[in-house]
Amino acid sequence: MKYIYLDNNATTQVAPEVLEAMLPYLTEEYGNPSSMYALAGKSERAVARAREQVAELLGAEPDEIIFTSCGTESDNTAFYSALETQPGREHLITTRVEHAAVLNSARNYEQKGLPVTWLGVDEFGRLNLDEVEQALSADTALLSVMYANNETGTIFPVPQIAALAAERGVQMLTDAVQAVGKVPINLKELPVTYLAMSGHKLHAPKGVGVLYVRRGTRFCPFVKGGHQERGRRAGTENVPYIVGLGKACELAMNRFHEEDRVAGLRDRLEKGILELVPEAVVNGDVENRLPGTTNISFKHIEGEAILLLLDRVGIMASSGSACTSGSLEPSHVLRAMGVPYTYAHGSIRLSLSRYNTEDDVDYVLRELPPIIKRLRGISPFS
Amino acid sequence: MWQYTDTVHDHFLNPRNVGVIEDADAVGEVGSLACGDALKLYLKIDNGRIVDARFQTFGCASAIASSSALTELIKGKTVDEALKVTNKEIADYLGGLPKEKMHCSVMGQEALEAAIRNWKGEDVVVQEAGEIICKCFGVTDNTVRRAIWENGLKSLEDIIDYTKAGGACGQCHDKLQALLAETLARMQVKEVDPGGKPTGKAFEEIRPARPKLTNLKRMQLIMQVLENEIRPELQRSGGDVDLVDVDGNKVYVELHGQNQGDAARRQTLTGVIERTLREKVENNIHVFEVSQ
Repeated sequence: MKYIYLDNNATTQVAPEVLEAMLPYLTEEYGNPSSMYALAGKSERAVARAREQVAELLGAEPDEIIFTSCGTESDNTAFYSALETQPGREHLITTRVEHAAVLNSARNYEQKGLPVTWLGVDEFGRLNLDEVEQALSADTALLSVMYANNETGTIFPVPQIAALAAERGVQMLTDAVQAVGKVPINLKELPVTYLAMSGHKLHAPKGVGVLYVRRGTRFCPFVKGGHQERGRRAGTENVPYIVGLGKACELAMNRFHEEDRVAGLRDRLEKGILELVPEAVVNGDVENRLPGTTNISFKHIEGEAILLLLDRVGIMASSGSACTSGSLEPSHVLRAMGVPYTYAHGSIRLSLSRYNTEDDVDYVLRELPPIIKRLRGISPFS
Repeated sequence: MWQYTDTVHDHFLNPRNVGVIEDADAVGEVGSLACGDALKLYLKIDNGRIVDARFQTFGCASAIASSSALTELIKGKTVDEALKVTNKEIADYLGGLPKEKMHCSVMGQEALEAAIRNWKGEDVVVQEAGEIICKCFGVTDNTVRRAIWENGLKSLEDIIDYTKAGGACGQCHDKLQALLAETLARMQVKEVDPGGKPTGKAFEEIRPARPKLTNLKRMQLIMQVLENEIRPELQRSGGDVDLVDVDGNKVYVELHGQNQGDAARRQTLTGVIERTLREKVENNIHVFEVSQ
């Protein structure tokens, strides 16, 4: 059977070049970078090289890059450090559509009594810049706004928001897990304090992430222990995965031009579905969107059922429906956007990568419409 | 990824009895688009027996599979037999459901009850009467009590999995916790009778306010009170009773054992059985003896 992977916002396949770069560090080059012999020196240099590769992709300096275990750890660290190092400031600002890594960090501090401003979005998932500006105060410890939304692909105006925060001397975190490698980010011109990224969203393996911390920022480590990462993140470096992440950043850097092709595939897929399936709508801000993401709702049917039938024909996607999440409510992102329940339960997200082809799009356009029709045939509402 | 059994997959991919019965004798509808799952059940009933059952379902794989299983379970059964089908039987038929999906089986049972109420010409209330506890999903306190009692639920998470109550905004969690504590306490009451035996308490007795009874509820209550209270009492004095039939407020029983004399039989019938049923079920109940 043909397999079409359209869930690249969940995770991506490891690029063959990345695996190749990693393999020596899983076999003969196993030294601990902290040790005092040639084998260790090789590991240390490999980590340093990876740090440069990441810094180059982000427009950062290598000493601004901290390797972590994942995007979630990076987000948690930024919240922790911002609060620990600014004792007078307790106020937090974030959006209602963040990834759980940020959402639950903010909720955790809110439960401890810290004031949190939750920014809403409009029906297209867009923030109101005036609201952001009004929320900023001399008491704000951290403003956290994701670069691009994982469910809808909506890209937020992070440069403008970061400028507002910087003008008022407020630290800002952007969770750029979905954006890095897909849209150009230059931290020399983007005045955020922290940026979180994750390896496995850009063809590196799971289990490695990065926290960018701007030079001159006071910092307090979240993971305490040894002196690794210049005392900012303890724990022996995950050398092979860090090497893999570095390689993945280098590949992304050299292949930015391919993102236009990915956007083209996504557009053809989305247009085709809307033409072939009645009562389907696209969720999100189609004008400002990640190249590979589309989020489409099908009225009167439920997302999990769509996914299981897609899986039967080898198509892998995800859904914002209640039933897929283990919770009982549909996606918090779609609800924040005010997507009606009639549509929210039947939403699916198709997220492409540079490994997808025109054939993939043709295949989905052939297989998806009959599945929607079949489920609507069972539904009492259609 | 949910770990569904092969049977769930089979009933999702090849659902039995999908569709509409145009001249259905009974239609039951539960759930809504907002809830994320809904089931419309159509029954063809001939001479008190379900001769055909069809469904339409909006929902996830386990909701579709539960609907399919329900129709398979009840086809060929009499209405009375079908009413005994519990949500657990629906789940068992499918080889089990993930705990978080048990509410799909509860939805099947509720649709069946709604359809049969419709057939009997009674109010087709989608929710059990009572106070709405969970505003997000419109779940009443009685629905929650019943789920706790019938499925032996032990925690807030269990309640969410089985009834959906509390699964959204979470504002009712305190109320649900209180309801759980109260219901568990009532269930665990070990009222020790003079003979020293603890008497089990039926759900219908622990529900605080008693709504007007439907035929179905009256029947269930009579059976429970007879089983849990009257029989143990008679057995202590060497007698026993079997339920033969219930027709509206008339209850027909068969007496056994040492109640030989006419006066003693009358005393058992009216003084024990009828009095207890009037007290615990409805005050217009009449008990008649059926001879062997």
